Amino acid sequence: MVTPEGLALPVTVASRGSRVGALVIDFIIVIMGIFLVQLLFSLLFWAVLDEDFDPASGAISAAGEFVIILAILLIFVARYGYFLAFELSPRGATPGKRAVGIRVAARGGGRLTPEAVIARNLIRDIELFMPFIFLLLAPSGEQGNAGIAGLIWFGIFMAFPFFNKDALRAGDVIAGTWVVEAPRTKLAEALSTQGAAAAEGTSDLTGVRYDFGEEELSVYGERELQTLERILRENQPEALSAVHAAICRKIGWDPGAGDERAFLEAFYAQLRAKLEADMRFGKRKADKFS
Amino acid sequence: MKAPALGSWFARKEIEPPADIASATLRSDRFRLEREGDWRRLEAIVARMEKGGLKRVDDEDLLALPTLYRTAASSLSVARETSLDAATLRYLESLVQRAWFQVYGPRKGFFAWLREFLFGGWSRAVREIWLDVCIALFVMVTGTIVGWLLVAEDSEWFYRLVPTGLADSRRPGASREALADTLGVEDGSGGLSTFAAMLFSNNAGVCILAFALGFAFGIPSLMLLVHNTAMLGAFLWLFADAGLGIEMAAWLSVHGTTELFGILLAGAAGLHIGRSMAFPGSRTILAAAAASGRRAAVVMVGVVVMMIVAAFLEAFPRQLVGSTEGRFAIGGIFLAFWLSYFYLYRPRTLAESEA
Repeated sequence: MVTPEGLALPVTVASRGSRVGALVIDFIIVIMGIFLVQLLFSLLFWAVLDEDFDPASGAISAAGEFVIILAILLIFVARYGYFLAFELSPRGATPGKRAVGIRVAARGGGRLTPEAVIARNLIRDIELFMPFIFLLLAPSGEQGNAGIAGLIWFGIFMAFPFFNKDALRAGDVIAGTWVVEAPRTKLAEALSTQGAAAAEGTSDLTGVRYDFGEEELSVYGERELQTLERILRENQPEALSAVHAAICRKIGWDPGAGDERAFLEAFYAQLRAKLEADMRFGKRKADKFS
Repeated sequence: MKAPALGSWFARKEIEPPADIASATLRSDRFRLEREGDWRRLEAIVARMEKGGLKRVDDEDLLALPTLYRTAASSLSVARETSLDAATLRYLESLVQRAWFQVYGPRKGFFAWLREFLFGGWSRAVREIWLDVCIALFVMVTGTIVGWLLVAEDSEWFYRLVPTGLADSRRPGASREALADTLGVEDGSGGLSTFAAMLFSNNAGVCILAFALGFAFGIPSLMLLVHNTAMLGAFLWLFADAGLGIEMAAWLSVHGTTELFGILLAGAAGLHIGRSMAFPGSRTILAAAAASGRRAAVVMVGVVVMMIVAAFLEAFPRQLVGSTEGRFAIGGIFLAFWLSYFYLYRPRTLAESEA
């Protein structure tokens, strides 16, 4: 995806697994909602029925009728409105999608229009609800082979996302949309202001300032730097000492113990300073092999 | 209105940048710490917009949004070339992406969209799929005739075409009185509104199915149309055979002109998608499918509206108005209304002159 400023933004297509997860969450919400509405309305219905209600004639009071109409309309709204309303919102995601961190976007980076959201959700009806109803009816035997037909139908549409690289389902094809990762990362602390990496920084324990020479810093590249960054941020003692030992072996230092973090902080800051300085001269070192 | 000074756009009020810039050893981290305040402010604005739209964002923030977005975007492109801080790059990418969705996201609210839809968008979309409407109309007329002829040939066909639940007392060999009775007027309006709600829910479901099946190159949509209209033909034959043809047509026309029109449009919308996927022309199949899918979706929202109207017509006037002339009048008025709305009503809108 390229923004109008000419900046390429990487868009990661959401994994099929997370989409299934989102769907399951949404399904549970919708079904629970419908169930609660049914329950509420049947209670209401019995409350408004008169005591002189005659089951033989089947005639019901106006209030009872009103309750039934409301129930029918609410279930219709739940079936079609739930996905529509949430995907039209600024976040472009249903609660299920939000929970797994994905959203709907227009393919190719255009604007997500209401028409597109409507189209992709109308198709959901044949992908999901129709075969689902067939499957529910199948055991009664009333529909004959419809249950098997429903299963095949269901299978075809469920397999659809596996046959194209963007994991598009049928509704996405029709609407010109796709489902992408919507990461919400927090800005982590700057590592070079902490501890032994800082400008005046020395080891808290020994008060020594680690200094590495050009030779010793040139063994690693950007990949190793990012691994080191991850290790420092996760801050697991075992991982720290393992990496500490590995680096010491590599640069021919004698690995001590107890001051691993300060050592790694200093190494990280100086390695990054060197690699970034090289970058400014157009030299990039992808990993230790290059 | 006084133009705000450029400096005030960058004013940081709540979010102060970290004070220890001096302690950062790296040039790229100093770059980051200098701009961090702007990024965080943008993040806060975007988070508020994601929660509740524009209403929650005050004017000052809204004015600052484009500038902050561009600041973040340029920070990202600078950082890509100068910084090896993976966490910061990841953060900036996600921030710029989120902000991009808000800055270039849908600017139309739902109600603005609805107004555009009712006053122009709907009838324009219907006109745009005229060829598919013609094909679907042809199929529906053919289906009705076929249904009629099949049942006229052999009345056994009636049971094959019409599901038993629908037929009840309406079957071949029923007396004229029994048939006339089913066309009669209910004695009160009790139960009719429930009936209307159920009809709507059911009919809208059928229409959405007709549309959605268009995905398979439109063929299932056409089959659905043929099947439903063959049923209609069988019923027409049944009543015409008993000498009730005119009465039946009147009874049907009250809601039928709206409902059948809706089904026609739904089938046409499905066919439109299927046709553009089978014959995408110079575009890719995906692009063709997306363009026609959006157009068909507009038609479909209209079809759901028509189904609501049809359900009301079916439940109330059809059962309460008894005379044949009265029924024809209601049906005719609605048919005239739909035709003139779709084909005569052509407002010039902003969207049209853009397109």
